[in-house]
Amino acid sequence: MNWLFKYANPHNFMRLSNWLLPVCAVGAVLCLAVGLYFSFSAPPDYQQGATVLLLFIHVPADLMAMGAYVIIAVCSLMSVIWRHPLSDTAARAAAPLGAVFTFLGLVTGALWGKPMWGTYWVWDARLTSFLLLLFLYLGYMALWNAIEDETRAARACAILALISVVNIPIIKFSVDWWSTLHQGETIMAGKLAPVYLAPFFLMMAGYAFLFGALWMLRIRTFIVERRARTLMVSA
Amino acid sequence: MSPFLTLLGRDLKLAARSGGGAALALSFFALVATLMPLGVGADLTLLARIAGGVLWVGAVLAALLSLDRLFQGDYDDGSLDLIALSPLPLELTSFAKILAHWLSTGLPLTLLSPLLALMFNLPPQPTLMLVVSLAIGTPAVSAVGAIGASLTLSLKRGGLILPLIILPLLAPVVIFGAGSVAYALDGLSGTGALGLLAAFSVAAVLLSPFAAAASVRLNLGS
Amino acid sequence: MNFDLGPYAAYIWPAYAISAVALGGMTAWTVLGWRRAKARLAALEKKE
Repeated sequence: MNWLFKYANPHNFMRLSNWLLPVCAVGAVLCLAVGLYFSFSAPPDYQQGATVLLLFIHVPADLMAMGAYVIIAVCSLMSVIWRHPLSDTAARAAAPLGAVFTFLGLVTGALWGKPMWGTYWVWDARLTSFLLLLFLYLGYMALWNAIEDETRAARACAILALISVVNIPIIKFSVDWWSTLHQGETIMAGKLAPVYLAPFFLMMAGYAFLFGALWMLRIRTFIVERRARTLMVSA
Repeated sequence: MSPFLTLLGRDLKLAARSGGGAALALSFFALVATLMPLGVGADLTLLARIAGGVLWVGAVLAALLSLDRLFQGDYDDGSLDLIALSPLPLELTSFAKILAHWLSTGLPLTLLSPLLALMFNLPPQPTLMLVVSLAIGTPAVSAVGAIGASLTLSLKRGGLILPLIILPLLAPVVIFGAGSVAYALDGLSGTGALGLLAAFSVAAVLLSPFAAAASVRLNLGS
Repeated sequence: MNFDLGPYAAYIWPAYAISAVALGGMTAWTVLGWRRAKARLAALEKKE
C-alpha cells in the first residue's frame, strides 16, 4: 500500500505523470492508428457484414464507461477509508471522461441496433442500463459542481459513488430480468472470430491509453489549479 | 417517551399539515393517474397494460416531491443541528424520518392505488399485485430518497439534482414493482418479482440510514 | 483497406465520425484546460 501513499503526494504524482502521460499518449495514438487500419482491413463478417466494424468502437467505449466508474468507486473508497488526498481529485477527474464514453457507447450501440434489430433504440438490458449509467455520471458530476465547499463536495460525491456502484450490478441484473420479460431481439453470440481479435484489442488498448493520458492530464490540471488558488489567497 | 417515537410523531404531524407533503403526494399521484389516460387515449386494454408502470412511476414521482421535507426543512431552520445533538444516534434519527416519510406518503399512495387501478381497468389479481408491490417497494423509495435528500442538503437549488441522483438508484424498484403487475396481468406469477423487490427494499431500508447519517453529518459540518 | 461498407455505410460512418469528434473534443477540452491552468499559475508565480 505504501506505493499508493507515495503518489498521494501531488509532487510525486506530477513526477510520475511527467513520463507516464506521454507514454500513454503515444500508446493511444499508435494503438488507435494501427487498430483502425486493421479494423478496416478485416473481412466483413458472414453474418453481420460490415457492421462488425461497429464492434471495434462500441465495445471499447462500453468497457471504458464501466471501467471509469469502477475507478471512481475505488478512488472514493480510498478517500473514505484512508483519506487519501489525491483520490478525490482522481475520482472527479475521471467522471467527465467516463460520461463521454458512456455517451459513445449509447450512440454506437444505437447505430448498431438499427441495421441489426431494425430500430435505433431498444429497451434491451445493455442499452437501458447504459442509459442509467449515464444518469449516474451526470448526477455525480452535478453534485461535485453544486457543492461549493470542495472538501464537502468530495465527501458527498464519495458517498454517492459508493452507493451507486453497489447499485450498478443490481441495475444490470434488474434490467436484464426486465428485458427478458418483454422478449424481443435476439442476443448476439459472444464468440469473436480470430481475425477480429487484433483490431479489437488494438482499439481497446487505444481507448484505454487515451483514457489514461487524459485522466492524468486532468489530475495534473486540478493540482495546478489548486496551486494557483493558494497563491491567489496568500497574495 | 423515547426520543425515537417523539421524533417520529413530530415528523408525522408536520407531514399531515396542509403544507406538509402528505396531501401533496396523494394529489400528485391522482393527477398523474388522471392525466395519463387523457394523453394516451381511452383504450381500456391499453390502459390495463400500462397501469402497473404508470402508477408505479406516479408513486415514485409523488414520493419524490415530498422528499425535500425529509431533512431540508429542519436543516433550514436549525432544528437539524439540535436533533443531531440529541442522544438519539443520527442513524436512528434518519430511520425515524424515513419511517415518517413512508407513513405519510408511501403508505397513503399504496392505499389509494386500488382506486386508481380501477380507472385503468386493471383486473383484481393484478390490482392486488400492484398494492402489494407498492407496499413492499415504497419503503425503498423513501429510503433511497433519504440518501439523495441528505446529500443535497446544503444546496440552494438541490431540488434539481435530487431526481437526477436517485433516478438510477430507483430503477430496479420500478422495474420489479411494475414487472410484478405485468406478470399478473399475463396470468403468470409475479411473486418472483415481489421477492426481488422485497430484497431490495430490505437492503435499502437497512443501509440508507447509515448513508443518510453520514451525509447529514457532512453537511452539518461536524 | 476495405472502405466499401455496402448498405451499412450510413450507420458505420456516422458512428466513427461521432466517436472521433467526441474523443477528439474530449482531448482538446482536456488539453485546453491544462494549458489555461498552467498559464494562470505562471502568471501568478511571476507576480511573486
